[in-house]
Amino acid sequence: MTALLEVKDLKAYYGQTQALHGVSFALEQGGITTLLGANGAGKTTTLRAICNMVRTEGEVSFEGRSIRANPTESIVRLGFAHVPEGRGTFTTLSVDENLRIAAYTRSDKAAVKRDLEMVFEYFPRLRERMQQQAGTLSGGEQQMLAISRALMLSPRVMLLDEPSFGLAPLIVVDIFRILRRINSESKCSLLLVEQNAALALELADNAYVLETGRVVMSGPSEVVKNDENIRKSYLGY
Amino acid sequence: MEQFLQQVVSGLANGAIYACVALALVMIFVSTDHINFAQGEMAMFSTYIAWQLMQWGLGFWPAFFVAIAVSFVAGVTIERVILRPLHAAPVLSIVVVFIGLLAICNSVAGTIWSYLIKEFPSPFPKEQFGLSGLVGAHQFGVVLVTLVVLLLLFGFFRFTPLGLAMRAAAQNPVSARLAGVRVDWMLALGWGLAAAVGAVAGTMVAHIVYLDPNMMAGILLYAFAGALLGGISNPGGAVLGGFIVGVLENLVAFVGNLIEKWTGVYIIGNGEKLTVALIIVITVLTVKPGGLFGRIAVKRV
Amino acid sequence: MATTETADVATAAAEAVPQEVAVPAPPARGITIKPWVWAVVAVALVFPLLKSLVPDVVSDYRLFVISTMMIAGIAVLGLNLLTGFNGQISLGHGAFYAVGAYTAAVLMDKVMWPDFLGGGTFPYWLAVIIAAIVCFGVGYLFGLPALKLEGHYLALATFALALAVPQFLKYKWLEGLTGGVQGIVLLKPQPPCLDHFFSSSPTMCLPLSEDQWLYYYVLIVMIALYFIAFNILRGRNGRAMMAIRDHHMAADTMGINSSQYKTVTFGISAAYTGVAGALSASAIAFVAPDSFGFFLSITLLIGLVVGGVASLAGSIIGGVFTVIVQNSAQALSNFAKNDLGLPFDLSAYAVYGILLLILMYVMPLGIAGGIIMAWRRLKR
Repeated sequence: MTALLEVKDLKAYYGQTQALHGVSFALEQGGITTLLGANGAGKTTTLRAICNMVRTEGEVSFEGRSIRANPTESIVRLGFAHVPEGRGTFTTLSVDENLRIAAYTRSDKAAVKRDLEMVFEYFPRLRERMQQQAGTLSGGEQQMLAISRALMLSPRVMLLDEPSFGLAPLIVVDIFRILRRINSESKCSLLLVEQNAALALELADNAYVLETGRVVMSGPSEVVKNDENIRKSYLGY
Repeated sequence: MEQFLQQVVSGLANGAIYACVALALVMIFVSTDHINFAQGEMAMFSTYIAWQLMQWGLGFWPAFFVAIAVSFVAGVTIERVILRPLHAAPVLSIVVVFIGLLAICNSVAGTIWSYLIKEFPSPFPKEQFGLSGLVGAHQFGVVLVTLVVLLLLFGFFRFTPLGLAMRAAAQNPVSARLAGVRVDWMLALGWGLAAAVGAVAGTMVAHIVYLDPNMMAGILLYAFAGALLGGISNPGGAVLGGFIVGVLENLVAFVGNLIEKWTGVYIIGNGEKLTVALIIVITVLTVKPGGLFGRIAVKRV
Repeated sequence: MATTETADVATAAAEAVPQEVAVPAPPARGITIKPWVWAVVAVALVFPLLKSLVPDVVSDYRLFVISTMMIAGIAVLGLNLLTGFNGQISLGHGAFYAVGAYTAAVLMDKVMWPDFLGGGTFPYWLAVIIAAIVCFGVGYLFGLPALKLEGHYLALATFALALAVPQFLKYKWLEGLTGGVQGIVLLKPQPPCLDHFFSSSPTMCLPLSEDQWLYYYVLIVMIALYFIAFNILRGRNGRAMMAIRDHHMAADTMGINSSQYKTVTFGISAAYTGVAGALSASAIAFVAPDSFGFFLSITLLIGLVVGGVASLAGSIIGGVFTVIVQNSAQALSNFAKNDLGLPFDLSAYAVYGILLLILMYVMPLGIAGGIIMAWRRLKR
């Protein structure tokens, strides 16, 4: 059975510089996969490459069909939600407008309304802040907003780039708990890039470890978690 | 006193025109980070189209709306065909292309319709009214039309999904793409709207300054002054800036005329209006480039 | 010296990231003047003297036109120093051309040359020198606020300047000097005579016509200015200027005083274009405000772009090109109407506009750059 998202020998370039040297992995339907590695390993680049935000070579296929040459916006319309590094909040728009723009491509107004309620269920704090300018939200709230925007796309796949970055530990635990709920309740597959390996391995089914643009290790997260050598060499703990 | 009020009123009417052009400039600047040096000439060309339509028998308002529609399409086309391929080019290339557009618009207009000054009709009745004949009907009409256009645009951007998408695309193109917005088309639409707004400005002002290929040059400079004053990244500010500059322009000349009348010394008058605009532009750019209401983004290394 | 090394590093850095500004790096060799340059100079020097031999080819009018071409070349060179080599975009260089022209014109028209030095009108060559100094000052002063502006904003400020110049020249308070709308009528430079220096000896003048003399006068100035620019750009200062253009912040961190370089470059650039203006005042023997409108600044920009951004030789080529287009305007529109069957005229302005657009896509380096690229490709 073909995986939902398959990446084979993916290379990526920033101008003349090559950042990915042939990365391969798969994301199963309904699964959670995590990409781990140190700074500069190429994790963010991988997510960007999947969404065609950088120059790529290789194979990226979604449900068996190649999406490598598609423009970013049409990849999104196929069912991808990318929560980028830095959250990508529309800082001058209100929280309400941030959520509405995420639903821009959807025509089923009733479904959008339902999803909005679902978002408020996960993140009740956002409901209070609807008219506030998004740039004035705290880091944690912006992360909640970013994940909400992703949810409003009603995605099949969610790509998350370091959702824990710069957030207080309690909030991070909260967010990861909600990610698990999203995975099971909304049937959304997750591809998670994280530096916080411990948390990511708790959540994910599979893990791939990247170093300088290559996959150096992969396997079920149980195995990776319990392998001391891997943890010490690549994950730092 | 009456003269003073008249100057203020006509300043507001001029200001309405500057506000329109300033808005067009800001729309393009906010979405593409480019300054459209050709905005004035494009508006002038639109006005000639309206004039030609009227020559062919159309009434003012039908010609007005057709010219606006044509300008919209032209704006979209220019963005897609001429500017899109250059989006990664160095600033000098882009500036040069704008100047090229300016030159083409001006010379083609001059070629097709000659450089002779033409009269342009006003759709508004001829009487003066309001406060003992203070306000000319055309002036009032200009301000009214401008306000209607501004309100429509404001409503569009604020309350419609497409308007929201355009704002999002302008503010954060990467995130907008990640929301499925076709950013490239949003930019083209922005250009179309800017061209359309320019057409409104041109057709409204042609009656006052008379139609000739060079009619918009001074107006463009004033629109720049207004946009900069209000904040080139802020549409509302730019509109306000346009009105302020319009009134200021007249008041400076008015004061200058007064001084000349009382003291016999000519310091400043109608002939120096462009110089005043230049001073405003340079002053704002050097002292507070963000203008009164705008913000200039800090450049990351 | 430390500064030379850092400037070298800057050049290396600039060359390592070529995709930002596609400009050929300057050759940092010793001063070997290639043979073809000598040939060109020789031809240029001899050319006017052939007038008596081939009066149809070397006519006074043709010499005059060539002089205007050289003047245009100098003007574009000035712009290139600022925009091409230092990265400061100027859409308003016509303003400096105007300042130069009017400075020279006012001096020659209003200031009398003292009797003990020979009397008569103010010498045209001194007027040009003074115009150069004045324009340097004006350029430097404009360069100060321009320090804060980059890219589009600087383009905007200079655009405003270009639009405001004709009005400013018609300012009532200056009318006494500038002659207002009607301008100032001048005398064309006469070939030098000895009686200017000795009051009692017989008049011995160079046996040249006005236009022949004008040609040599402009040629000498152009060669001198070209040589000076060549030397500036070849050395440490040139590399610093270009480092500032290509990597502003890197240049700053390497100890290059960009503010000083930028303002001084502005001044020099203004001086060059101002000299061209002053020369043109003499050549045309007339200045009037409406000749210095926005169209002039566009013309200079065209010269820059067509000839070649950041190319000295290209500047001259560009200047020559603009004169050709303007002089052929009538012929062009006849060609368009009669031969191409177009239903309308084709003005120089339209040609400029179309060219600007086409060049930015096809040959962004201009003719000079295009030739260099083609040459390199052939060599492989």
